[in-house]
Amino acid sequence: MQHISINIHLVLEDGSVFPGTSVGARGTVAAEVAFTTTMAGYQEAVTDPSYRGQALVFSYPLIGNYGISEAAAQSSTAQTRAVVMRQSRPEWSRWLDSQGVVALSDVDTRSLVRHIRSVGAMRCAAGEGDVSELLDLALAEPHIDYGRAVAEPELTMPPLALEVAVERPYQVGSGPTVVVVDLGCKRSVVRSIANAGMKAHVVPGTYDAGRILELAPSAVLIGNGPGDPAQLVDQVETIQRLLGNVPLFGICLGHQLIALAVGMKTFKLPFGHRGSNHPVHETKSGRVLVTSQNHGFAVQPAGGVSVTHVSLNDSTVEGIKGDGFNSVQFHPEAAPGPTDGIGFFEEMGKACRRVPTSQAS
Amino acid sequence: MPARTDITSILILGSGPIRIGQACEFDYSGSQACRVLREYGYRVILINSNPATIMTDPEWADATYLEPLDAETAAQVIAKERPDALLAGLGGQTALNLAFELAEAGILEQFEVELIGADLSAIRKAEDRQVFRALMIENGLDVLQGLVVRDVSDLPGGLVPAVVRPAFTLGGSGGGLARTEEELTQLVARGLMASPIGEVLVEESVEGWSEFELEVMCDAAGNYIVVCSIENIEPVGVHTGDSWTVAPQQTLSDPEYQRMRDVAFACVRAVGLANGGANVQFAYKPDTADLRIIEMNPRASRSSALASKATGYPIAKISALLAVGHTLAELPNDITGKTTAAFEPAIDYVAVKAPRFDFSKFGIEEPTLGTQMQSVGEALGLGRTFPEAFLKAWTGIESADQRPEFKGANDYFVSEIASIAAAEHDLIATGDVTAAKRFGLRDQRIAALLGSTELEIRERRQLPGALAVDSCAAEFEAETPYYYLSHEAGDPPPARSEKPRILILGSGANRIGQGIEFDYSCVHAVRAFTEMGYEVIMLNSNPSTVSTDYDTSHRLYLEPVTLESVLDVFEIEEPVGVVVTLGGQTPLNLVASLSSAGIPLIGDPGWSIDTSEDRERFAELLKSAGLLAPNWATAATPEEVMRAAGDIGYPVMVRPDYVLGGAGMRIIRSPEDVRGTGSVLVDQFIENAIEVDIEILSDGVNGWVAGILEHVEPAGVHSGDSACVMPGPSITEPREDAIRRLADVIAGQLKVRGLLNLQLAIKGEEIFVLEANPRASRTVPFLSKATGLPLVAWACQLMMGANLSAIGHPDKAVPTQSWAKEAIFPSDRFATGGDRGPEMRSTGEVMAGGLTAQAAYTRALRMAGVSRDRGTIGPSLQELSRARVLQGSP
Repeated sequence: MQHISINIHLVLEDGSVFPGTSVGARGTVAAEVAFTTTMAGYQEAVTDPSYRGQALVFSYPLIGNYGISEAAAQSSTAQTRAVVMRQSRPEWSRWLDSQGVVALSDVDTRSLVRHIRSVGAMRCAAGEGDVSELLDLALAEPHIDYGRAVAEPELTMPPLALEVAVERPYQVGSGPTVVVVDLGCKRSVVRSIANAGMKAHVVPGTYDAGRILELAPSAVLIGNGPGDPAQLVDQVETIQRLLGNVPLFGICLGHQLIALAVGMKTFKLPFGHRGSNHPVHETKSGRVLVTSQNHGFAVQPAGGVSVTHVSLNDSTVEGIKGDGFNSVQFHPEAAPGPTDGIGFFEEMGKACRRVPTSQAS
Repeated sequence: MPARTDITSILILGSGPIRIGQACEFDYSGSQACRVLREYGYRVILINSNPATIMTDPEWADATYLEPLDAETAAQVIAKERPDALLAGLGGQTALNLAFELAEAGILEQFEVELIGADLSAIRKAEDRQVFRALMIENGLDVLQGLVVRDVSDLPGGLVPAVVRPAFTLGGSGGGLARTEEELTQLVARGLMASPIGEVLVEESVEGWSEFELEVMCDAAGNYIVVCSIENIEPVGVHTGDSWTVAPQQTLSDPEYQRMRDVAFACVRAVGLANGGANVQFAYKPDTADLRIIEMNPRASRSSALASKATGYPIAKISALLAVGHTLAELPNDITGKTTAAFEPAIDYVAVKAPRFDFSKFGIEEPTLGTQMQSVGEALGLGRTFPEAFLKAWTGIESADQRPEFKGANDYFVSEIASIAAAEHDLIATGDVTAAKRFGLRDQRIAALLGSTELEIRERRQLPGALAVDSCAAEFEAETPYYYLSHEAGDPPPARSEKPRILILGSGANRIGQGIEFDYSCVHAVRAFTEMGYEVIMLNSNPSTVSTDYDTSHRLYLEPVTLESVLDVFEIEEPVGVVVTLGGQTPLNLVASLSSAGIPLIGDPGWSIDTSEDRERFAELLKSAGLLAPNWATAATPEEVMRAAGDIGYPVMVRPDYVLGGAGMRIIRSPEDVRGTGSVLVDQFIENAIEVDIEILSDGVNGWVAGILEHVEPAGVHSGDSACVMPGPSITEPREDAIRRLADVIAGQLKVRGLLNLQLAIKGEEIFVLEANPRASRTVPFLSKATGLPLVAWACQLMMGANLSAIGHPDKAVPTQSWAKEAIFPSDRFATGGDRGPEMRSTGEVMAGGLTAQAAYTRALRMAGVSRDRGTIGPSLQELSRARVLQGSP
């Protein structure tokens, strides 16, 4: 039992202060604050590399109810810099501590979510110490939004995606090869490819088109990951070289990069889409998919590229399709969240079977 | 918006009288459907025999039939009204069974009525357990292993432990868990009797597994969503209606939950529900990951009402619109005003439902919970922590003597419940009221622990915030008028109009003696005060009611009807006053404490309540007015009872002081009958008298009689359990005149503003006043329907200071025809459930009309299932009121 409660704070860059109790690692961190409305799947969220560099606020107040499990992990480690909760269960708190994650409990998270929703995504700092020091720390944090970072060059940072990408290639499953370009790809994406009867050949996000094509893939998936897609200039170029040579698929960040590669633009959403209940209209079937989402940036619609999925909440682009590419903004692999979009991997399987592997070599 | 234009009129079936297992949740779902379908331009025809419902108010449908819910009657209504479609999914099991019967009998085909929502095939697949089982197995879905039995002799050995489930019954009626072969034989025999098709299913017992329920919506475009997951704190073995439940589910990991969601969709898809709401119940064994579908209901249910209130997603309303061809994505989410109905609510609080039991009413001292539902009501608590929500629900059921045991509950719940005791210890040690409030302890408990008073604790703490139930966890700005309180910063208050505000207190959890009738009065008062130019705020904790529909009032607070919550809402909303006289005994119990806290009560009822409840003062008042009352005395010991009875003369009626619904009342005919201890009232029992219920509207000076109901049973049977007729055959003109004079005098003497209910015993020329209740009574909805007069609306005007002369009432309230009501008893649940006596035991009532009191009563008996008397439908309520207009009477 944690009887000594240490009061710590979350301070946002606009100066607002949210007090809480420390339940994770000691220390102080700066991050970008983001909230998720998912009600279960806390461990999946915290280990999702797309949350790299963020202080994640759970709008659901009771976190850690069913413990932790290795199967839930989406990467080998916690990715969030801080976790902000209304109430945290002891086992979960201990795990956050063991992962070195600064964690706040007893926070009025509803007020915090409301604030983020109305002001927008912000930098923040969390931990012990003086509130004004935390504010300074928050303001010194690089912008995740590349456009803003360029305007303040001292706040530029290397792309987060390259921080979390795998260093060595590995393979999972059997069947036609899908090269997964890892920019912080969740384990469940790799697992879903294998489950759909394909071999996932996961490679670092720094692989160029030549190295990827050398692997004779039947398809290439650009996976999810953190940060602003506009910063990943090399990867966009890689995708442009792959286009037309191999069927391309994208999820989340991968979708945004494909969009940039085909000449579309991306922009930062006011406070992102993060949760397990995002309704998406699938234009072809007329169906609504309830999807798992985790993205701070989105693709601007442009002429010439057909939009396959649209958010029912704010009408933003949730999927695009064109000659040789097919990508979705939401997470068809779920984890956490509903599996309504799992058909994406079946389409990938179909594409693999259509294309003879010899074509690439 | 595209909806079906080939349909212009729709028949909606209600669920009939309130019974255990089928209560006011179907008034909530049915009234939502009626309202929205009329808004969308459909002609709505309604059959329901329950007068206490909002939905049977004439303005909710185009043609309302207070008629029996049986095939013969429904066929008559169909032949007369010729609806294009029948919507049965919002009237519970009763409506679904009736729709099935009408379809099977060929009546729907004969009159070209289309079953919309769940069609015949879907109903059959879901309701016939054998068909359902086969279907699930065919689709690779796990169901309970089981065997269909049509005769006791079919039973093989080796099945126990097993659960017996009769086909086509509601609330698990007639079923149970058998642990021995002998028990199994008995239960199967009983189940075969209970099943209308003489079929029971004997299933593998999953007793002790975790129990879950998912509320699913689907549309014609093939979209499926889960509105809400519900987890039972008690594991399988306790009927879900008797379980404490939590929404959303708390103990499943995301993959476990997603698996359940996928199976739920597969199940609904296999059954072939074309559109609307359904619930799927699951048993799950976490250590082995074994999952079983227990059952699926292709209709609105008690849990869908709960899910609606727990999330803000109006399941019944959306189901009705889906039934006429809309799709989820076309329909707006009216809570956010921005998103659509095609989404799954994200919530940022916990909802805990507590069941309310009334075992003592049925002489059950050591109740056991099982697969047959026994609870009579429920309260919902919303909180930011589990203990906060739990303690609100606990407070809401007002039955502190019944400590739930939570046998076999998941460790998570055990530790959360244990944390309450730990928090109480911390409070005693530290005296930190702020921490205790943030944890969720109630003021009253804090006061008890700290040896203080509730009002002192109030002084030491902050006002809670009002947090919106917004269906989206604050992700979007909401336009919702639906709130709960928690000790955090509240949402920014909505823009207030310039209008003054009124706060109405609801009746909390249903119980024997305090049910849907009080919700009827509350909902009518909302409308009346709105018309009078007020903004109306509703406070209630009963998730099944119309009053807790966010569409009913200007703002709704889902909170227990307690001093703490009322004072908090009062401070937040700053109303001009609080209405305590419409929600039954629960808000009435707060009168003294609210008054001493300086809260203005609308109609200023404190003095008249005190006077009418204080036997001595009331007897004095009657005496000085020259009115008769039974002789009485108080007694504290059996010897004193005997002495008092000797003085008064046997028989006497004995009851504990200040009781609701006649709890503990007995008639004593000789000294040998005297037993028991405790302070009691001993009343002269006027044998073989005619008992009458009088409803009076009063302006504080004069009283006007709005109705005289003659009881069919002689005095001595609780008024709530008596059948009544109106006009009463014994109410001769001289008697009626005497009653009117008496009513006028008592109303003036008690200075009542609003509704006053009197109970009288008439013996020959003598009229005895048994009791006076200066508040809305159980008979208000019956009387409003029988007379077609807006009694609650008038009462509200009187409460606000209008004189009787200003409200425009007729000289005499004349019923539109003869009307009768009969009480409905839980005799299928409790051995003593059907006994009529001084203690109320009925759960609901039916109302029937006729040309004579006798005809009406006969019809009512048929509705109650007591008689099989044939009959034909009478005019609809709307036709009766048109006839009255044509006759020129008001």
